[in-house]
This record gives sequence, structure tokens and C-alpha cells, in this order.
Amino acid sequence: MTDITLEQAGAKKSSLFSTAALQKGVAFVVLIALLAFFSIFTENFAAWNNMVNIMQATAVNGVLGVAVTFVIISGGIDLAVGTMMTLTAVMAGLVLTNLGMPLPVGIAAALASGGVMGLISGSAIAKLKIPPFIATLGMMQISRGLALVFSGAKPIYFNSTPNYKYLSPESSISSLIPGFEVPNGVFIMFGVAIAASIVLNRSLFGRYIFALGSNEEAARLSGVNVDFWKILTYALSGAICGVAGLLISSRLNSAQPALGLGYELDAIAAVVIGGTSLSGGRGTILGTIIGAFIMSVLTNGLRSMGVQEEWKIVVTGVIIMVAVFVDIILRRRA
Amino acid sequence: MSVSNDREEAPGGAADREQGAAGQPLLSLSDVEKSFPGVKALRGVRFDLRAGEVHALMGENGAGKSTLMKIITGVYQPDSGEMRVSGEPVSVPDPRAAQALGIGIIHQELFLMNHLTAAQNIFIGREPRKGFGLFVDEQQMRADADALFRRMKVDIDPDVEVGTLTVARQQLVEIAKALSFNSRVLIMDEPTSALNETEVEHLFAIIEDLKRQGVGIVYITHKMDEVKRIADRVTVMRDGQYIDTLPAATTDMATIISLMVGRELADSTRAEGRGAEEEVLRVEGLNRGQVIRNVSFSLRRGEILGFAGLMGAGRTEVARAIFGADPIDSGEITIHGRRQAISSPKDAVALGLAYLSEDRKHFGLVTGMSVSDNITMASWRRFTKGRVFMDDARLREASKDYVARLKVKTPSVFQETRLLSGGNQQKVVIAKWLLRDCDILIFDEPTRGIDIGAKAEIYKLLQGLAAQGKSIIVISSELPEVLRLSHRILVMCEGRITGELDGREATQESIMHLATLRPSIAAE
Repeated sequence: MTDITLEQAGAKKSSLFSTAALQKGVAFVVLIALLAFFSIFTENFAAWNNMVNIMQATAVNGVLGVAVTFVIISGGIDLAVGTMMTLTAVMAGLVLTNLGMPLPVGIAAALASGGVMGLISGSAIAKLKIPPFIATLGMMQISRGLALVFSGAKPIYFNSTPNYKYLSPESSISSLIPGFEVPNGVFIMFGVAIAASIVLNRSLFGRYIFALGSNEEAARLSGVNVDFWKILTYALSGAICGVAGLLISSRLNSAQPALGLGYELDAIAAVVIGGTSLSGGRGTILGTIIGAFIMSVLTNGLRSMGVQEEWKIVVTGVIIMVAVFVDIILRRRA
Repeated sequence: MSVSNDREEAPGGAADREQGAAGQPLLSLSDVEKSFPGVKALRGVRFDLRAGEVHALMGENGAGKSTLMKIITGVYQPDSGEMRVSGEPVSVPDPRAAQALGIGIIHQELFLMNHLTAAQNIFIGREPRKGFGLFVDEQQMRADADALFRRMKVDIDPDVEVGTLTVARQQLVEIAKALSFNSRVLIMDEPTSALNETEVEHLFAIIEDLKRQGVGIVYITHKMDEVKRIADRVTVMRDGQYIDTLPAATTDMATIISLMVGRELADSTRAEGRGAEEEVLRVEGLNRGQVIRNVSFSLRRGEILGFAGLMGAGRTEVARAIFGADPIDSGEITIHGRRQAISSPKDAVALGLAYLSEDRKHFGLVTGMSVSDNITMASWRRFTKGRVFMDDARLREASKDYVARLKVKTPSVFQETRLLSGGNQQKVVIAKWLLRDCDILIFDEPTRGIDIGAKAEIYKLLQGLAAQGKSIIVISSELPEVLRLSHRILVMCEGRITGELDGREATQESIMHLATLRPSIAAE
């Protein structure tokens, strides 16, 4: 028994640098390095205005990343986050512009429609036992199609709801602190991230999400209502897509029904770069937000350097592979 | 592989008797040691195999048979020890190397690709080529497969899709595949577990044939009658150690059983009989396909009820059915005098039932989560603030309390459970159910993968729980374990309960007799 105790003591020491924390650290170091690199090698990158631009550009992908982080930690995947976002924006547009309802009803419509779509994906996965990849691939097409059908395949503008721009591009805080022109959308992203962190780390629901992703069968045999929590995870993810739908349509002052495809892959990329394991059971919201920032810093920085913008896509691909490779190395050592 | 450990501790001198055999043994291992985190799986193990013999390897579950085979086939690397093939020291870094040395294995579960043909399965990864190596020479492959089947005297079409064959015939394809590597050593891991009588006879005929061709066969089994039928020698392992090697023909079953179980047969450790306590669980007419057939029994408060039987007798299936983990065809379950419909583990847990799986890592624990999380998992709902947020302080207190009560050896309750030893992991699972206030505990192989020292501790824990009024079902393939713990013993065979024995009067022989009372043979 003594040798076991020694071994465990050793393990405890290494757990101070748990792999999740380390990977978050790696992502953070990459982010700082990118910021430093672009600040040194381009003229306008480090300007405050540009920083605000980067934050604004991160908001939508950051929120979608948070949505998909829940699902991935629970051991699933959600390919529908981008198109669900579009559908929720269209729903908000229908309620506000076509029906002329007040702003809170439009917000509720976006969140609720996202929640319902997530509920349907989750039910298909938990009850009909359709693999998450397939179920959400189906939901991706369903929500994309519905967005086009409901909108008549034309953008819906929010001109009758002037306050709509306060959801994202306007900066309420600048009236309190003059010159601090940070758009509301950025605060909403951080708000969603903080709330999500609390749910994931402090709530009963969050604990079940980790348990599902780590070992669903053991959770089931512990008497956990696995189906219920799984459905709830997808529903929450869908509702968060509703927030992203509000942010993007507010920023564009319109719900663009053709938008949305490809956003799910950017969101998943942010999650993976942030150190969340695609096999479930491990991950953090902070990591995802850092991952989303890495992607928008790249876009912005390469543009400032005058590099053809499409190179950003190539570099993102490389970073995804490196991030996962680092994760594998770290886990092998642990 | 190198001999780095020359510690002299090999017990018994029986193996010395075998040294006089003509020539070098086909395969020989000596002083093999292997540890896993928290468990010493093998220590000082030796084994040898001659050409043209069937060498049976026996031992209880957890005795180290599978680990030893995995070392021979290159799946695991030993910590120390030496392996020789035809007298030459060899190293087996991976399964490919084992194949190159002519060592083949037929696993208990078959590893075939159902949608490929028999010939494609046999030659997968080393298909004969033609056309500058770009194309598979289907004709050649078919002819080679056909030659193998003819050598085995079986009639299987090389072009048949493997998934359409019976399990017995699939196994023959596996054997053909193993032979196709020109295997001189063939390992068979409980090859008859899925076969009927006729199929077993056919397999034995093939084994006899292979023997004549000079193939050496390592035959892992739990079935005494098979050893008598086909084995030349028997090696017994226990608790990761080599015990003895004996000629099969002149050794009786009782000797083998006593070597397998060894220690702790003292009657003084037997469970005390229980008086007439109230009935907490009654199962009547439980049926599920062919695996559970008309099973009825009852369990009293404070009682330890043992379930004995061979592997595949249906004991685990009964436990899972009662627990709502698998659907049932028919049957009534009464708990504390009330009929209950249990359709999921959630229902069962709410009624105070707990199932502790034999496979802790897959079904019992979330190994990547902490000791605290695992202990409290089934009770998380009770540890919330306002039903939403977790009350971490109370969680920590509760898990610390149970860690202390069950003497779980862990540096802290935040330690990941995968880093604990088997015995301590089992205690964490037990703690989980005690915290959940479960009073009917079903233990499936409670000491599998657990060191001897820790076993005794788990036994004491179970007996203590029963004394406190918990009702316990113990499913175990280790007869001494069943005998030591149980007040009453039910024996199963092929899905049926074939007998009930009083815990004080039962013997290994009486259990074995009931465990091999195959009703299907009588019926056919």
C-alpha cells in the first residue's frame, strides 16, 4: 500500500497543473504572443479603436462558442449553432418588424426559438438515439431552411425598432465614461460567458454536464436522469444561439437569412483552441472566449499587415491542429 | 525484454519436473512481473509450452491469466522477466511482433469485420498482391483461405460474408486467421463459452488435429471437464502468481480447485446465519429472452445473498434487470412489500436499490472526476443551494466523512478517482450508494481487480453493512468469496436458478455441481 500512497502524492502535485488549466494557459500565451507580434509589426494594430473593433468582431463567435462548449463538454456536438443563430434573428425580425411588437417580445422570441430548436435536437439525440452529429446536421438544414422560408429569403430590417441597435453596436457605457466607446455587444458576450461559467462550475446542471461527458453510463447507473439533462444542454445551447442571433442582427441592423453556414465551424474551432476536449468531460468557458479572441486577432492583425485576408483561414487551421497536438502531448504526460 | 529481477520467490518445484522434456519448449516465460497503477498484476510468473501439446491455464478471475496472455502477444510490456521462443530470447514490443514469431490468439470476443468475407478477414492487412502491388489478388487469397479451411477440415466458403455465419463458424474463421500466420503457438481464451455441445466437439477435433501438426495450444478455461478432455498439462495461477503445473490426466478436479482458491478456506470466516428478518426484495418469474429464464428469489434485511455460477450464467443480467438497466419480458419485483415497476436505474435508485458493476471503470465511476464528485454523484440533488447551485462546502464535508468511515486511501477528496487503487475505487463506489441511503446493494464481482489485502477489507466492509441492516446481493465467480460472505447461495446456469444452498453447508463442489447443471442439455 505504501507505494500507492507515494504514487498518489506525486499525482496530486501534477494535478495543480491540470491539463485543462495548462491548455488554457497555452491558449492565453498564444493570444498574448499574437497581440505582441501584431503590435510590433503593424502600425495601427495596438490603437484603442482597433482593440474595440477586435472585441466587437469577437462577440458573435464568442457567444456561439459558449453555446457549443456546453454541448461538447456533455460529450456531444452541435453543428446547428450557426443556422439556429440565423433563424432566431429572423424570428426577432418577424416579431419586431412584421408584427410591430415591442423590443422585449422580439428578444424573447429569439431566445425561445433557439431554445425550442435545441430542445428538438436534444430530444432527437436523447430519446430517438440519433447520433449528435447526424441530429444536429439535420437541425442545421432545418433551421437554415426555415430561416429562408419565414423571411421569404429576403433580409428583414429593424428600421421600425430604433432601439434595436442598443443590443450590439451602440455603446451605453460611453455616456457614463466619455471616450470609453466599448459596444454593448461586447458586454453582452462577457455577461453570457460569466453566467455560463457559473452554470457550468457552480450549478447542479453544470455538474451533470461534466458527468455526462465523462461517463454517461456511470451517470445513468447512478440514477441520474441522463435524457433530461442532455435535452436541457441542447436547449440551453439553442437559447444562447438566440443571444448570438440578436447580436449579429443588431450589428447588421437586419436579419440576413442567407447567413449562418460556417459559423458553427468557427465556434467549434474556438472551443477546441480553448482546450475543451472534443471527447467530452473536460473544458472551460474562459478557454473558449480566449479561443474566439485568437481567431479575431488573427483576422484583424493579418489585415493590418496587409496580408490577404484569406490567409487567416489557413492560419486558423494550423492553430487548431497545434492546439489539439499540444493537448495530446500534455495528456500523455499527465 | 531483460532479466532485471532475479528475486528468488517462485513457489513450488513442479515446473522442474518438466525440464527433462525433449528439446526446447516452444514457448517459455520466466520471472514475469507486471504492475498497473495501484495493482501488482503479475509477480514471478513462469509458463512453458511444448510443441503438440494443449496446456490449460486456469485460475479465478483476476488471477492474471489475461495479463500474461497480453504480454505474450505484445499488447502489454512486462516490467521485467524473460520470454523465449524455441529457446531464443525474444522481445515482443507489439502484436505484430508476436505474429511474426508465430504466436496467434483467439479472443473470447471475436474481432472480425462482419461485412467482409471470410477470406478478406483472414488476410486483412497482408493481402496477396498483383499488378505491381496495386491490386489484391482475390483468386490467390481465396485459394489460400480455402487451403486453411481444408487443413482444419471445415467447410466454409471463403467468399461468405462473416456476419452471416454463426458464432461457432466465426470462431473457426478466427482460428484460420491465427493459423495463417504460420502460428506455432495458439492461445485460446475460453473458446467454448459461446458454443453448443456439437460445436464444442467439432472444436476439440480441430484442436486434436492441430496438436498432431505440432502446434502448441494455450487453453484458458474455467471448465474442469474440458481440461480433462483435451489438456495435457494444467498450470494454475492465483493472485498474479504462478502456483503449479500438473499433468491433466492424473490430477483430479478437487486438487485443481484447491490450488485455484488456495488460502482462506477456513470455515471460521464463514458468515453467521441470519434469523427471520423481514423480506425487503422479492423477485418472481423474471424473464428476459434466453438469458434470464423464470428467475425467482427473495432477499431479507441484513442478509448477504450470494449468486454463484459460471461466466455467462445470467447473474449480471438478473442484477441489471432488477436495477432497470435492461428491459425485461416479464416478472414481478416487490420491494418492502410493495410491487414496483422499475423501468430505469433512476426508478431503482429512488427505491433504495444500488448496483455496483463488475466493470467499475465503465459503469461505476466517472474516473476523470474527483473522489468527492463520485461519492456525491447519486446525491447531488440533496447538496444544492436553492435547488440550482452546488453547496461545495457540504459536498466536501459529506465526502470527507465517508472517506474517513470507509478508510479510503486518498491524499484528498479532490483526487481524480482514476489514480486510486482498485480497492479504494470500490470503496468510493460503495460510499456513493451509502450516501444515497440505498439499503439494497447489489455487488457484481465486488473484488475484481483488487489486491488480496484489500479484498479482506472489502469483505469486512460488506459484512459490517449487513450487520447494520443493509441487504446485500453478491455476484461472484470466486467460490471462496461466495462461501465466505453469503448467508444463502443461489446458483445459476444458463439463465436459470439451478439450486439454493445454505451458506454454512455449501461447498465448492456442491456449487460447481449446480453451476454445471445445464438444463439445455437435458432438454435437447
